[in-house]
Amino acid sequence: MIKKEMIAMLLAGGQGSRLGVLTSKVAKPAVSFGGKYKIIDFPLSNCINSGVDTVGVLTQYQPLRLNSHIGIGIPWDLDRNVGGVTVLPPYEKSGNSEWYTGTANAIYQNIEYMESYNPEYVLILSGDHIYKMDYEVMLDFHKANNAEVTIAVMPVPMEEAKRFGIVIADEDKKIQDFEEKPEQPRSNLASMGIYIFNWKTLKESLYELANQSSLDFGKHVIPYCHSQGKPLYAYEFNGYWKDVGTLDSYWEANMELIDIVPEFNLYEEYWKIYTTSDSLPPQYFSSDSAVERCIVGEGSEICGEIYNSVIGCDVKIGKGSVVRDSIIMNGVVIGENCELNKTIIAEQVQIGDEVKAGIGEAADNETAPHIYNYDLVTIGEKSVIPAQVTIGKNVCIFGCTTLEDYEERNLPSGKTLIKAGDKQ
Amino acid sequence: MKALGLILAGGNNHRMKELSQKRAIGAMPIAGSYRSIDFALSNMSNSHIQKVGVITQYNAGSLHTHLSSSKWWDFGRKQGGLFVFTPNMTPENSNWFRGTADAIYQNMNFLKSSHEPYVIITSADCVYKMDYNELLEYHIDKKADVTVVVKDMDNIRDVDRYGTVKMNEESRICEFEEKPVIAKSNTISCGIYVIRRRLLIELLERCAEEDQYDFVKDVLIRYRDVKRIFGYKIKDYWRNIASVEDYFETNMDFLKPEVREYFFHEYPTIYSKVDDLPPAKYNVGSGIKNSLVASGCIVNGTIEDSIIFKKSYIGSNCYIKNSIILNDVYIGDNVHIENCIVESRGTIAANSYYKGENGINIVVERNNRYMI
Repeated sequence: MIKKEMIAMLLAGGQGSRLGVLTSKVAKPAVSFGGKYKIIDFPLSNCINSGVDTVGVLTQYQPLRLNSHIGIGIPWDLDRNVGGVTVLPPYEKSGNSEWYTGTANAIYQNIEYMESYNPEYVLILSGDHIYKMDYEVMLDFHKANNAEVTIAVMPVPMEEAKRFGIVIADEDKKIQDFEEKPEQPRSNLASMGIYIFNWKTLKESLYELANQSSLDFGKHVIPYCHSQGKPLYAYEFNGYWKDVGTLDSYWEANMELIDIVPEFNLYEEYWKIYTTSDSLPPQYFSSDSAVERCIVGEGSEICGEIYNSVIGCDVKIGKGSVVRDSIIMNGVVIGENCELNKTIIAEQVQIGDEVKAGIGEAADNETAPHIYNYDLVTIGEKSVIPAQVTIGKNVCIFGCTTLEDYEERNLPSGKTLIKAGDKQ
Repeated sequence: MKALGLILAGGNNHRMKELSQKRAIGAMPIAGSYRSIDFALSNMSNSHIQKVGVITQYNAGSLHTHLSSSKWWDFGRKQGGLFVFTPNMTPENSNWFRGTADAIYQNMNFLKSSHEPYVIITSADCVYKMDYNELLEYHIDKKADVTVVVKDMDNIRDVDRYGTVKMNEESRICEFEEKPVIAKSNTISCGIYVIRRRLLIELLERCAEEDQYDFVKDVLIRYRDVKRIFGYKIKDYWRNIASVEDYFETNMDFLKPEVREYFFHEYPTIYSKVDDLPPAKYNVGSGIKNSLVASGCIVNGTIEDSIIFKKSYIGSNCYIKNSIILNDVYIGDNVHIENCIVESRGTIAANSYYKGENGINIVVERNNRYMI
């Protein structure tokens, strides 16, 4: 009979709406990060590096890119005879069919998948954080404490604690209480959304709470286990961990990679991050190029100047163009003599010659200031920007735009230009 | 595809000087991210050949590591696959491979147990792209017994290390000379052949009976009048890398936009083993002009007209010009390197100076990496 000690369930179905147009066509875990990677590569690589070789990936929102990225799991060595990676979308049932309505509901709907591996422990992960973590060490902690549930937590500055789910634990790390985004936090240990459950405990709780609408781990399952008097422990993690849920934190986390010795080091030999490599050739720099403080992916051809930027694979940057403080994802083509500042450009965008972006005084974004007000220009995937236009700050652009969309070749700060439904 | 593939990757070549001390020529790094055998393997895969045998002998460690999984070239399948043949001791035979014909003969079971009617034979030390389907069509069209891929060379330097051919007006090869002292023709054999599988078995068995071991000398040259041997001209890029000069120039060709376009972007492309390296990183003080840099590199200095292979570290204030830095080289600060090939996994101490004065220097430095 098949027996896996611990299997992982990776929640990858969320949209991540605060990444704006970056997630209009892809789920957040499939958004690019650090040039060649996707956000989901980090938890998937952590799994295989921790010896967890059975991973269920729960998808729902825009799964196409995720599905093709994961495939049969070859880049992570998750193509296994027994176990490996399985993509688990919501499915129709004879009785009550529904979408995944909450994190724990998604897991509940896949009890059969987990049961088929007969696990002792189930590791619950979310697909939208950047970190390196050895889940095996966390499991050892879980076992050593005879815990039924272990929650990974990380100390955050007290003044920021009110943005997180906070865990209150005693000296032995046994959890006493929880607070969700408390006004007056009693502890600074923030939950990272990573849980290890004893499979029996998880299954019982899920059955017990099955009728709860929008069944959620943080809101329902964990408090339920706590109220039943189960031993819950907090596993303290002190490494690099970044939630890239907003454009600001996403931009910042990318920029941290170009520090001389970044806190999050991709160059370490012993904990590699794996991803699908569509492109193999080396990168080419022409005689007119200049580059400082950048990371650049395979196959890119740089004829312009790039500073403080994260550049993906197969990117072309034309002669005379200057790119600063920007994130350019795979397959982007930038024309000649452009000037781009603090611009996030998603996959396969085409930018004409002499385009200037991130210019002038900032102004609040007209449609979604809470998403775009970080002095950035955000351009969604496969967009087209015509030549010789000037674009302000806090701007978002998505779709195949033409000169008519730019009054006097200008898109002032704060504008949102979305041409949805256009052929791309 | 009605053919199986055989890649001859066992030979040594003294013209590679120090570079062949570390690896077979089939494993020579090319263009930043590839190894030379990738070109033959990718051509096979892109031509939909399903079953490929690679024959190795000389210094095959790096090559075997490179071939440790066949999935990169899409050969990891139930039908066909990638087979590596090394010299093997059996009760009947304890010889090394004594030549190309002998190498194939010693692995006769591979040929005999296959059912594909044709065999494409190629070497592992050539950089080219070819659809073998077109070659096979030509072979069938000409009713040839053997078809040899040939190329007109403009520059016949080192012609004495190739076989030269003369063809008549219907492209039948009438003269074939191996490694001539004075070449009578500037058309050379590229070391790529098509032959019917049964005919190959028959000819090799006859060679073996007569204790002859070389495919060119003892098959092609010997039978050139009795068998219909045709030449198929390759018009696109083709280069052999079996000398230091050719190896250097072939790599430098990739600094030309048309060569990059042809190999990197025109479908189908070349595959290689995936190394899961992070993107290359450029710190303050770096400046790259007309150069290729592979992933995993960390650059702090100036690079001009050079190719930097994977995972190299270039220190601050370095100047690298017209050079090739192979995989995983560590170069300390203030180093000057010009007209050199730096051997892989080398460690160059800070403040060193290397310059090839008359031609290309091969730099092999084994300093202790963590002491400098």
